[in-house]
Amino acid sequence: MVRPATRAGRIERRIARAERGPADAVDAGPSRRGRRSTPYLLVGPGVAWLVLLFVVPLGSLLVTSLKTGSFAEGFETAVRLRNYSDALSESWEAIKRSFVFALVATLAAAAIGYPLAYVIAFRGGRYKGLLLGLVVLPFFTSFLMRTLAWKTILSDSGTLNTTVDRLHLFGALEFLRLVPEGSDRLLQTNIAVIGGLTYNFLPFMVLPIYVSLEKIDRRLVEAARDLYSNAFRAFRKVVLPLSIPGVMAGSLLTFIPAAGDFVNAELLGGPQQTMVGNRIQSRFFEQVDYPAAASLSFVLMALILIGVLLYARLLGTEELTG
Amino acid sequence: MPDERHAGAMSDDVIQLERVVKRFGAFVAVENADFAIERGEFFSLLGPSGCGKTTTLRMIAGFEQPSAGRVLLDGVDVSNVPPHKRNVNTVFQQYALFPHMTVFDNIAFGPRSAKVPKAEIDRRVGEILEVVRLGEFWRRSPSQLSGGQQQRVALARALVNYPSALLLDEPLGALDLKLRQALQIELKRIQREVGITFVYVTHDQEEALTMSDRIAVMNKGRVEQIATPRDIYDNPATLFVAGFIGAANLLGGTVVRADGHGGSIALSAGPTVEAVLEPSLALKSGDTVTVMVRPDRIRLAGPALGDAQAPRIAGRVETLVFHGPLLRVDIRTASGSIVSAHLGTDVAIADLRPGDDAALTWDPTHSVVIPDYKADPVSGIGATEGIEST
Ligand SMILES: Nc1ncnc2c1ncn2[C@@H]1O[C@H](COP(=O)(O)OP(=O)(O)OP(=O)(O)O)[C@@H](O)[C@H]1O
Ligand SMILES: [Mg+2]
Repeated sequence: MVRPATRAGRIERRIARAERGPADAVDAGPSRRGRRSTPYLLVGPGVAWLVLLFVVPLGSLLVTSLKTGSFAEGFETAVRLRNYSDALSESWEAIKRSFVFALVATLAAAAIGYPLAYVIAFRGGRYKGLLLGLVVLPFFTSFLMRTLAWKTILSDSGTLNTTVDRLHLFGALEFLRLVPEGSDRLLQTNIAVIGGLTYNFLPFMVLPIYVSLEKIDRRLVEAARDLYSNAFRAFRKVVLPLSIPGVMAGSLLTFIPAAGDFVNAELLGGPQQTMVGNRIQSRFFEQVDYPAAASLSFVLMALILIGVLLYARLLGTEELTG
Repeated sequence: MPDERHAGAMSDDVIQLERVVKRFGAFVAVENADFAIERGEFFSLLGPSGCGKTTTLRMIAGFEQPSAGRVLLDGVDVSNVPPHKRNVNTVFQQYALFPHMTVFDNIAFGPRSAKVPKAEIDRRVGEILEVVRLGEFWRRSPSQLSGGQQQRVALARALVNYPSALLLDEPLGALDLKLRQALQIELKRIQREVGITFVYVTHDQEEALTMSDRIAVMNKGRVEQIATPRDIYDNPATLFVAGFIGAANLLGGTVVRADGHGGSIALSAGPTVEAVLEPSLALKSGDTVTVMVRPDRIRLAGPALGDAQAPRIAGRVETLVFHGPLLRVDIRTASGSIVSAHLGTDVAIADLRPGDDAALTWDPTHSVVIPDYKADPVSGIGATEGIEST
């Protein structure tokens, strides 16, 4: 990385090299030195970005999470580990709920997103671009607006709610624990929040799956068909395994933001749908208890990290064993 | 291991195409293909790019449905049977090995789909790995194999099913010349060993000539001729076949006399030659024809007139090209035609220089008369494509 800054320095180096021998001089010329440092220069902005906007705030968050005191009396830097045990015990229900909601939303997004991506990749023909555009089109409006729109769609007097009621589907939803016992409304229920999460993060599922499906050589499918597999077996043995990396990436991209989300629970849920994101938000804005909010954030992050590692482990080995 | 399951089948034709037509929209990719392939045969489909070879193969495999006509496998009409229910297997051009499976699992894919018992699968895969000489590679993934090894895995993956026929679409197309030649011999050996019918698509005429029992030459969707390599070379049925396979002098002329079997043809390049006229061609006096003579059948004529029956074309030496095993001499006749001869290198070069006068001759039985279906304005000009591959 150290480059001779001045012309004089450069000449000095050249002389030194010439003394070592001509081969050296040719080999380790300044251009080669420059080329060797290119990778470092290329990652430079990325590293700077990460340090400034990720490592530094993370450090400050860690310091905050261990502080004592209150907003009124002022916070003092300390190492108060109780913040963490308090965070865990007070918000345990919300944490569990967040993971369950995020998991169900991820599964639902995969169930909806895989066939969608499959049809676009394999049957899209010249409409592929258009169809993909439609998948991401909702993203041109704000996250908040989209979720508010769902609030209207799901509202008690809305068509959807009355239709579900008229078709006597609330019993089924109740059985699936998607609405509380005796409920006759969709808003402020599990299904509203899970539905919102699924909807909002669906493109994150569809796009990686699409990419992995699109990459698959169509002749592999023909080869499977040629080797006595019907269409379903060809899918199961060839297309599905080769698209698993896409499903894996899509699941992470859906699960991680869904687990930390608070907007869906806030707008579409009620007190029974509080997620860990809502707890962090209320600690921060309402109770102005920064250490509690910070420690809860760390707990969430750690749990997601553990979950992701377990998941990668699981899928990684599964892929190997076939 | 010839296929016992079909031993004693009704006919000995594994594959029959009956007036098969394939259209893509208004475009006719295959026109009236009508031929049968015998059991155990090495049958090649040869033709230039885009002539419909792959399409024909895909109709046999079941990936495309004929627009008209029927495809029969082992005497049974399979025109509407999906690929997985047809007892033929394909070796794809780029191999199409399953990248997420080992060599073993790739090869075992077919038998597993067909629900062959596990012990039997292990036996068969082991056996076929020996045949393609990949015994120690069974545990590897395709990405860890060289091109030639992948090619053999693709072959093994198809052969392990003991299909009625193996369909190979330019299986050696992606390999370099040396490896291709080695694998040509290997393929022939394997085909002899397993005794399975091979339907082999190629656009390499030399490959087709050296490997095939019979060749179907295709052009623009039509099968122009089906014959043994020797017959295709010696007696091309159409101008296209004559020009596509090997080097050929195509000399335009007019029939001046025709009787039952023979006749005379006045060449626009000069002389009138005697030639055999196939009765089936039903040529009569006045018909325009092309006389094809292979350059390797042409000799230098001495200054004295030899056999009065032998054709003789005189002209000026235009080019002399030394090809190693042969010496190519092009002569321009007074009428402007070029006639090419491949002479042995025993001809003393010192005797021949560009600009010299020379005369060429050949045995009359080596003239092949091809009727002109349509008037060809450039008749009389010798075509010599393809000679470089020798
Ligand atoms: N699915 C299709 N839709 C439209 N046209 C097609 C289709 N498949 C093939 N064709 C056309 O049919 C013709 C024959 O194609 P085919 O692939 O059989 O040629 P080929 O003889 O195998 O040529 P090559 O040696 O280049 O592989 C070509 O002109 C091709 O463009
Ligand atoms: Mg082809």
